[in-house]
Amino acid sequence: MSPPAGRSAGRATRPGPDWRKRAEIAVLSGPAIIVFLTFVIVPVLMAAYYGFYRWKGFGPPTDFAGLQNYVTILTDPTFHAAVGHNFVIVILSLVLQGPVAILFALLMNQKIRGRSIIRMLIFVPYVISEVIVGTGWALMMSDTGAFNTLLGKIGLENLQQSWLADPGIAMGTLMLILTWKYVGFAVILMLAGLQSIPEELYEAAAIDGATFWQQQFRITLPLLGPTIRIWAFLSIIGALQLFDLVNIIWGQYVASTAGTSTMATYMYLNGHMAGNYGYGSAVAVVLFLISLVVALVYQRFVLRRDTEGALTGDSGRKGKTK
Amino acid sequence: MSASATLPAGLPTATPGTYEVRSSRKFQWGSPLTYLIALVLIAACIGPVLYIVLGGFRTNSQITEDPSGLPAPWVFTNYTEVLSSESFWIAMTNSAISALGTTVGVVVLGVMASYVIARYQFAGKGVMYSLFAAGLMFPMTVAITPLYLMVRTLGLTNTLAGIILPQIAFALPTTIIILVPFLRAIPKELEEAASIDGASRLGFFWRMVIPLSLPGVITTGILAFIAAWNGYMLPLFILSDPNTFTLPLGVANFASQYSVDTAKVLAFTSLSMIPALIFFSLFEKRIVGGLTGAIKG
Repeated sequence: MSPPAGRSAGRATRPGPDWRKRAEIAVLSGPAIIVFLTFVIVPVLMAAYYGFYRWKGFGPPTDFAGLQNYVTILTDPTFHAAVGHNFVIVILSLVLQGPVAILFALLMNQKIRGRSIIRMLIFVPYVISEVIVGTGWALMMSDTGAFNTLLGKIGLENLQQSWLADPGIAMGTLMLILTWKYVGFAVILMLAGLQSIPEELYEAAAIDGATFWQQQFRITLPLLGPTIRIWAFLSIIGALQLFDLVNIIWGQYVASTAGTSTMATYMYLNGHMAGNYGYGSAVAVVLFLISLVVALVYQRFVLRRDTEGALTGDSGRKGKTK
Repeated sequence: MSASATLPAGLPTATPGTYEVRSSRKFQWGSPLTYLIALVLIAACIGPVLYIVLGGFRTNSQITEDPSGLPAPWVFTNYTEVLSSESFWIAMTNSAISALGTTVGVVVLGVMASYVIARYQFAGKGVMYSLFAAGLMFPMTVAITPLYLMVRTLGLTNTLAGIILPQIAFALPTTIIILVPFLRAIPKELEEAASIDGASRLGFFWRMVIPLSLPGVITTGILAFIAAWNGYMLPLFILSDPNTFTLPLGVANFASQYSVDTAKVLAFTSLSMIPALIFFSLFEKRIVGGLTGAIKG
């Protein structure tokens, strides 16, 4: 029973020989680390390596191309367009889903009848798979689909559009589908955040005569700040890596003409479908680097503000602490 | 004291069975408006799903004539044909194995690694956490081609293990990030008390840590389950034998195979979303509860 000296600052200060602690650490964390390295880190590093080669995926890559793949990517206008679409999706996701999710969460935090059923129904889109969402929405939004027919039925024929094919509209359709699919996740997070706000604050505010909306703006929103920022982070990363829905609804070839291509669909089309694994890997690296830079900037300038309890800019109330 | 003063004014509290939403705001929203918004909300969320489900009860000619109509008459053959088809049940079984295997794997590996990160002091602890956290930055999209080659090298293509292991690996970052605060929040005094009572660190792990972190564990388990159940890209690369298809591949395959038979595709699609919906509705309260803990931490 000789406690290791100098470790009193830590949480796990327990008596026991040092080798035993090391063995425990190895046994407990080993499996996770092995699986994680094998199936995440090593493949990612291999992607970085393949990115320097012209390689069709057979045998070891030998045709070293240096930075040629990267030069091609960065000078390709279709890639520029895809990156642009990604950033439009990032911004619109935040602007559309954030306020909607907060409103829904507030609504569902109220005492109303059937609240648990409402809560469950709102999460339905989030739970069903991208394939199902894509298949269903593609059928609904097609030119002769249910949506246009419905518009015709209620006398809004002039609103009928080519929702999926018209480059001026397709992005809007995509945002509609994305919002529908993912707002449930944002609501789950916001709801969780709401429930961690102490009830006493509202009671005190009510005694001081604050109205419902004053309470929401002065108490709920500022205290929901950390949750909003975490959600925004997840949303941004997800939007930069968007693939499934675009690929399922628009297919590999239509996405770029419809103006909904993303970096990931560009990678799938020009890497995997074209059999250029070296080039595809290079696109993957660029996609990763862009995500990384965005994430680092976000963490540096937004997430660190959490200690100040201020709101992020995307809800338009920058720095407004009470 | 303010709490006791306002308590009687509160509404009759939540019915037993609903979890402790602290919603006894004394302010009552204008009820009709609230319900109206709620109704619109539900319609928007459920409409497209209803379209898929009801479409399965129609014939193709009904769908062609009026895409937005209701079944008239109701046709059940689409559903019965899908339910009696072998490919549907094969995909269902494969999805169940894949999702359950992934969930168990993620929970077991995730809890163990999070425990080390949360409660042991050692050099390289920060590196370990950063390593896993960095995993959030690597979507499967980035790694998918080398990942396929890795799985092929291990001889796991066209096996469910070939998708379960990568799914575990890619679910670990979220799991660890959610679980570490849970495990950190367990008071040190508990551990000391257990130690005085003669429990080893591992004994403490099994007796105290697992039960106390259960909300977080369930949350991460459900997230991993849903991600595995809905996964599309990984099975698309790894599985080419229809006998190993999971439901999303089954749906996509069915949709291309029967592309003219819209009604049947819709029936197949709606049947394939049922399991995830049941699973989610059973555990939905736990998800919210678990994330609450994670965000607090």
